[in-house]
Amino acid sequence: MELADLVGYAFIQRALLAGTLIAALCAVLGVFLVLRRLSLIGDGLAHVTFGGVAAALILRVEPSAVTVAAIPVVLLSSFGILKLTEKARIYGDAAIGVVSSLGIATGVLLASAAGGFNVDLFSFLFGSILAISSNEVVIAVILFVVVVSAVGLFYNDLFAVTFDEELARSSGIQARRINVVLVLLTALTVVLAMKVVGILLISALLIVPAVAALQVARGFRATIIWAVVFSVFSVVAGIFGSFVMNLPTGATIVLLNIVMFVLAYVFRKTVLARRINRGRGDARVAPL
Amino acid sequence: MTPAMSVVDLRCRYGSSEALRDISFEVHVGDYLGIVGPNGSGKSTLIRAVLGLVPVEQGSIELFGTNLPAFRTWRRIGYLPQRLKYADPHFPGTVDEIVRLGLLAGKKFPKMSSRADDEAVARTMEFMGISGIRRQPVGELSGGQQQRVLLARALVGGPDLLILDEPATALDPETRGNFYSLLSDLNRKQHTTIILVTHDTWSIGQYATRFLYLDKKVVFDGTFGAFCQSGEMTEFFGEYAQHQICHRHHGEKRGADGTR
Repeated sequence: MELADLVGYAFIQRALLAGTLIAALCAVLGVFLVLRRLSLIGDGLAHVTFGGVAAALILRVEPSAVTVAAIPVVLLSSFGILKLTEKARIYGDAAIGVVSSLGIATGVLLASAAGGFNVDLFSFLFGSILAISSNEVVIAVILFVVVVSAVGLFYNDLFAVTFDEELARSSGIQARRINVVLVLLTALTVVLAMKVVGILLISALLIVPAVAALQVARGFRATIIWAVVFSVFSVVAGIFGSFVMNLPTGATIVLLNIVMFVLAYVFRKTVLARRINRGRGDARVAPL
Repeated sequence: MTPAMSVVDLRCRYGSSEALRDISFEVHVGDYLGIVGPNGSGKSTLIRAVLGLVPVEQGSIELFGTNLPAFRTWRRIGYLPQRLKYADPHFPGTVDEIVRLGLLAGKKFPKMSSRADDEAVARTMEFMGISGIRRQPVGELSGGQQQRVLLARALVGGPDLLILDEPATALDPETRGNFYSLLSDLNRKQHTTIILVTHDTWSIGQYATRFLYLDKKVVFDGTFGAFCQSGEMTEFFGEYAQHQICHRHHGEKRGADGTR
């Protein structure tokens, strides 16, 4: 089957549109999260999403509405992580661990009470982008606009807080408010991303494009652009590749992201290393 | 004239231990104040308290006549912190991007860059001699180069008050001397008020117009010359310690040449 034929299918079109938007969102937020050592927040929130999804399914919420139903649960949990870090005097990774365990344990109990795992729950665990509905595509478009607008409007503050939170605060930047913005945007994105790669692999979509971009990019803005390129390429190639080779789409997307990372790493160690050393020789710092 | 900074009866605490007590002093516009003291004397805590970065248990702080909680014109203040957290070799931000951050304090939401910003950034990088590395990620720079980038970040907004916490530690001896001279020039020619925290007592004694010795409380506030000749300080420190503070020794000799 030709690629052009594939694009003719409505479900492939929906998958490509939603997948591209979600990949771009994950890549942008991933750069901030990775550099702020909050990489695993996606994993934690995804586990909470599992609890939310199990609750929605047990309450017999329509499968197509489960994504929307999980949003408040994940937003509340993201607040929980921030509050635990601030008030309970524990580190961010430990706070993520606490909330993450709560989500998984609740999800397992609810699934067990409902008589075990069913097909719907499995589709959320492992992703089912090829089965994405028109409504979910609309939600993806709306959230994409919301998240990209928010990142655009707060870009400079987000960058300043990512570079050094204390330095940002000394410039009058409300670092706490910026942290809330970042975590809320991540929560929204995680809920969307569970349709693409599934709850178990969401953190890969947030982390891997960012770390791949960090291998090759020189500049903060450039890192974001590279992360988006890697992420979107992996999702698009993953959708086509998995369909043609009859592979699970979520896992294919994640493995392609890892391939991008390895290629970027090799590029850095070979071509880029030579260029950087040459640049260091050329770039002079004038005496004060 | 309204002082640039006024601190009255300040007390700060870290958990159960007291970091600062009964701190009162004023910094007048045009002052060049050197704050010195032994390790753990509360120098950095004092700086962080006046910037609102640590909670104050008691007392008041005013910046340019405004009480700290109500102070909003952060563009008037440039800050160079002590710790090099940003020495993360993986941080991708370029010199240009980092210097530009210094302009955010003067901007209103959504804080977009303008052409005037580009010019201010280019001018400051030129002034600090870092134009040649403008596209280089800060993580790839040496400690001394990073310090210059951060000073450029602190200066780019044209602050009225520059606060520097141990700024010369990562600089080589020659650059360190030039760095102190540069601060003196800023103070004399551009009337920038400067507060500088340092261990380098002899050097700061040569450059600063005022000298504040801190040991959880203010031990001395006056000129360096007066400190060195003060019988009260001789009694407080003992002759040997006062001599160590007031005179250049081998360790410090490597750190600054003392030329103005």
